[in-house]
Amino acid sequence: MTIDAHDEGVELHDLSSVSGDELALAGISHHGRTRSARVRELIVELWHDKAGFIGVCFLSMLVVSAVFAPLVAPHDPRQQDLVNRVQPPAWSDGGDWSFPLGTDGLGRDVLSRLIYGARVSIFVGLAVLVVAGLAGVLLGLLAGYRGGRTDRVIMRIVDTQVAFPGLLIAILMASLIGPSIRTVVIVLAINGWMIYARMTRGVVLSVKETDYVEAAEIIGCKARRVMWRHILPNLAAPITTLAVIEFARIVLAEAALSFLGVGVKRTDISWGLDVASGQDQIFNSWWLVVMPGILISLTVLSVSLVASWLRVIADPQEREKRFAATQIRRGARDDG
Amino acid sequence: MGLFALRRIGQGLFVVVAATVVVFLLTRAFTDPVGFILPLEATEAERAAREVELGFDRPIIVQFGDYVEDLSRGDFGESLWQPGRPTIDIIGQTLPKTLKLVAAGMTLAIGLALPLGMIAARRPGGLLDRVLVTISLIGLSMPQFFVGLLLIIVFAVQLRWLPVGGYGGFKHLLLPAIALALPAVGRLTMVVRSAMIDELNSQYVLVAKAKGLPTRAIYTKHAFRNAGVQVLTLSGWEITRALAGFTVVVEKVFAWPGFGFFALEAIQRRDIFLLSTIVLVAAILVVVVNVVIDILYKLIDPRIEVS
Repeated sequence: MTIDAHDEGVELHDLSSVSGDELALAGISHHGRTRSARVRELIVELWHDKAGFIGVCFLSMLVVSAVFAPLVAPHDPRQQDLVNRVQPPAWSDGGDWSFPLGTDGLGRDVLSRLIYGARVSIFVGLAVLVVAGLAGVLLGLLAGYRGGRTDRVIMRIVDTQVAFPGLLIAILMASLIGPSIRTVVIVLAINGWMIYARMTRGVVLSVKETDYVEAAEIIGCKARRVMWRHILPNLAAPITTLAVIEFARIVLAEAALSFLGVGVKRTDISWGLDVASGQDQIFNSWWLVVMPGILISLTVLSVSLVASWLRVIADPQEREKRFAATQIRRGARDDG
Repeated sequence: MGLFALRRIGQGLFVVVAATVVVFLLTRAFTDPVGFILPLEATEAERAAREVELGFDRPIIVQFGDYVEDLSRGDFGESLWQPGRPTIDIIGQTLPKTLKLVAAGMTLAIGLALPLGMIAARRPGGLLDRVLVTISLIGLSMPQFFVGLLLIIVFAVQLRWLPVGGYGGFKHLLLPAIALALPAVGRLTMVVRSAMIDELNSQYVLVAKAKGLPTRAIYTKHAFRNAGVQVLTLSGWEITRALAGFTVVVEKVFAWPGFGFFALEAIQRRDIFLLSTIVLVAAILVVVVNVVIDILYKLIDPRIEVS
């Protein structure tokens, strides 16, 4: 049985770092549940939120097929097949099940391209989250904990940049740097770090005044230790929810940049690029635009569903509201 | 109030100045403007000649001085793509078209989201609410270019009711406006809904109900007034985001000749001066919208303070 100090709430976490006595920690633990029990509880809760459950399922499927794309995809996504050009999806007239979602103007399999395209979307999403998140959290911690001039300078930069025409500046930057996956990551990270900084600073300001942070300071913890071990854990829940919402925004932004031709390279495989190239053939082959479009929408939708589920489980008040709502509905059903 | 407005305008000016500096540094210092303008196969000599011609060989601080001086005279530079033509001239021609599209799209978005959100908030968790929430979620998940292309496939290619694209009257405006509006309708409906639910659950609404006010009065006079502050902020946010990027996408899909469309043309034609003028003008517009919204905000709710 392992006890996860990180998950046991802030007070305990603090005790462990002050006393350093793992046994005392285990003894005091008021709900010493194992990690597997927590996971099981989480799954049960996920099952209750049907929308969130569907979202998680779709995203897992997407991630698995992206990771194992060479095994999952029926064709090589770059393989041109001039005999089977502009084949419609399998279920419509003239379709063929060897190309389930049809082929494009060069005879490349649409389904395979979508599966490989997921790699770019997911990679860009995660990379931007890491870069923007790290930068934003670090600067937010610094602003909130140091206060004074550091705080004023950082927050002034945040406020100013928030008031910029974000996507247009992203387009300008991306076109100047030149299209590539790296460009998209850089541009979108610069475009999105501010929101993490703001949230982090807010949390730090509210936590800074608590007794346990003061206690840590009194016993002589260094600023860095206070920031990392005592303040940072409070950020886990809000930052996770924020990161999930941001992921949806990044997937949309990457698709938009690639659609406009300033995102990834022309030779890369991306949903946005596929929509752009399908636009020229919109009069006779609708599926070239519709298939990647639907996939982008479904991905963003699933992420939003997961985000709203996360928001509920991370917030006790929301949790209570939801519980009350189901009780009322159940009561109404019994009455009627 | 006057002081509030002045301070807010001062902050806005600061943002404009910052945007000018950022655009300048992005286009002259942090990237290689000559590399952007010239084709890949250009020789070193050609590059050097072009650098001198455009003044990019001078020290960056001298360039910045000149840039600011030109801007202060209202001179935004000449287009490279259409030599001899001031970039601001192209803006003057394209900006009204973008504003028309954004105005139409956002009117549609706010006009739809307000009633839909309020209807959904009447019975949270009810059938109508769940249907509206689902539709909103689907709407806000769709990228504008996909909405636009779907509309083209259905209404222009299949039904042939409306034109595929281009600039013109109401018929040309309809599809792009819907494409710009739909994701915003989804987001705004959710905001109106949750703001209204919060207000309807508050004590003062209970009092209003208890003293027997008609539901309609509670909705319009009490709850909506208070929810309006949040709705206004988010509407302003939608307008700025539409101006500062989403129009580019929609204008590309429908070949609508606004400044977003020309920003993409500028990239294609390697016209760095036109591109930076467009970004700068968009920054000014975004600041103006933000300042106006904040002042309106203060008029609705005098408790707000400038941070």
